[in-house]
Amino acid sequence: MSIQRFFRSARFQALWLSLLLATLIVVSSGMGYMHIHFFDVLKIVLAKLSGIQSLTDGVNRLFPVVITEVRLPRILTSAAVGAGLALSGVVFQGILLNPLADPYTLGVSAGAALGASLALWLNISAWGMWSVPLLAFAGAALTLLAVIYLASSSSGLSSGDLILSGIIVSAILSAGVSFIKYMADEQVGVIIFWLMGSFASKTWADVWLTLAVLILGAGVSMYFSRELNVMALGSRTAASLGVDIRKVRLILLITASLVAAVCVSVSGIIGFVGLLVPHIMRTICGPDNQRLIPVSVLAGACLLLAADTLTRAVLPHEIPIGVLTALIGGPFFCYIYRKRQISGAHDD
Amino acid sequence: MMIEMEHVAFSYGTRPAIRDVSLTLETGIFYGILGPNGCGKTTLVDILIRHQRPDAGIVRYQGKPLAHYHRRQIAREIALVPQHYAVNFPFTSREIILMGCYPHLSRLQFPTAEDQRRVDNIMAQTGVQEFGNRLISELSGGERQRVIFARALAQNTPVLILDEATSNLDIAHAISLLSLALDRVLQEGVTVIAVMQDINLAALFCQHLILMKQGRVVHSGPCSETLTESNIHSIFQVRSRVYEDSYAHSRQVVFNRTSHLG
Repeated sequence: MSIQRFFRSARFQALWLSLLLATLIVVSSGMGYMHIHFFDVLKIVLAKLSGIQSLTDGVNRLFPVVITEVRLPRILTSAAVGAGLALSGVVFQGILLNPLADPYTLGVSAGAALGASLALWLNISAWGMWSVPLLAFAGAALTLLAVIYLASSSSGLSSGDLILSGIIVSAILSAGVSFIKYMADEQVGVIIFWLMGSFASKTWADVWLTLAVLILGAGVSMYFSRELNVMALGSRTAASLGVDIRKVRLILLITASLVAAVCVSVSGIIGFVGLLVPHIMRTICGPDNQRLIPVSVLAGACLLLAADTLTRAVLPHEIPIGVLTALIGGPFFCYIYRKRQISGAHDD
Repeated sequence: MMIEMEHVAFSYGTRPAIRDVSLTLETGIFYGILGPNGCGKTTLVDILIRHQRPDAGIVRYQGKPLAHYHRRQIAREIALVPQHYAVNFPFTSREIILMGCYPHLSRLQFPTAEDQRRVDNIMAQTGVQEFGNRLISELSGGERQRVIFARALAQNTPVLILDEATSNLDIAHAISLLSLALDRVLQEGVTVIAVMQDINLAALFCQHLILMKQGRVVHSGPCSETLTESNIHSIFQVRSRVYEDSYAHSRQVVFNRTSHLG
């Protein structure tokens, strides 16, 4: 393989994105109210991983607690959620044959929002700290079932029908959320805060949950990545190339929705990551899902981690992460979309 | 015999598309399927590639029911060039043609050097090598159709189905594409099943015509028997004159301005 080809290859992209992610994790761990030196962070992480406590000799005794109990859970959760949102974005765009689809097109987020709003409004605490995520997840799952039921016909699930059903169901659910906000007196602040998304006070339990679902989702998506490529040629061609479209579409739909639902239930609603990351990565390394999926997962992790660090440690006041991603990602997406329209390289 | 259909029927909901079709297709013949819009030609193709399952009747491939084949096995036997080809993502032409190799590869296998060479050959034959690295979304309709055709050839199957594959092509490209298909029939014994709109192009290339109307096969046989004025009238409700053309070396059909008045 020539040097030039190597730099453009997916392996190289994956390599430098992994390095970037690792660096971001360490650097952002040092940032915040208490500044911790880069090498001290490395020492603390290595000590934790290897179990050799003597590595942290000479480091402020408060630092290991700040890093491992406060910052790392938040940082790793934000990276895992970013990766998960990007993954579900790639998969949704692939199944729905629409480069503008994202985890929210099918109403998954609206369902999660309604579930969480209900939990917060009615003060449901039957499952302790998991009450809100659980209800959010239930809302997302039920919404997905409703959307699939609405869209399914004798000839299977068409992408156009899925998008339309998603929009209809989302509209109803959003009205439900508005109703709850209207009815909830003093809870309304909590609900609005949750809806805007946040990684504040995330725990290791959140990290493991999102990471587990992310790995599962990425595995399933990679397993079907070739089918996803072929499906871009249309359902008849995909069928003639030996793809069981109904089966693959259903499996990937459930996988991507599961990942998106867990992400939303952990962090609230964070827009544009699932839309933007696959879009940018596709222009860099092409639409082949065997390359696109791993690269997007890494890029999504980097992006959301960087955004969360920005709001946590750089900005004078913490802005809800969902607001930040929409404020930055929205206009940026408009720019990309407009450029695409002008260049005329869109599909007819 | 290669493909047998026995009393096959299929409906979309309550609307029947195929009613009681029985057909036998032999190896190494260029078949043409003709019929008016909505007569079930495309549905018949969908049943052959098992995109749709018949409501009644049975389809056999090489003596074995098609339903007993694994999908990937069918993809190694039957390739399709569809009429509508929306490619929604900016794949390069070459990437798309290489997808034709997928049915022959396991999940973890990448196309081998031999596959790459075969694809190069096919790209040269179909005249798409100069835009191999261009994005499919940047190509003209005719260029895209040739890429899709090359993709089907890369699938390297004993049966090739063309579903109005030449409808969007200019006459030069249509003839060149159909000749490539005919070459495969004559040299490699491939079976081609071409759904066509242009009766004269069909007469030029097809050895055997299947005439369909309202979900039924009305006539099936060699061009010399099936391409007649009365058959064309019964299928399309148009008057015509059929004659042996010395330039085309085949039967040809001409119409006049009042042909449609029956």
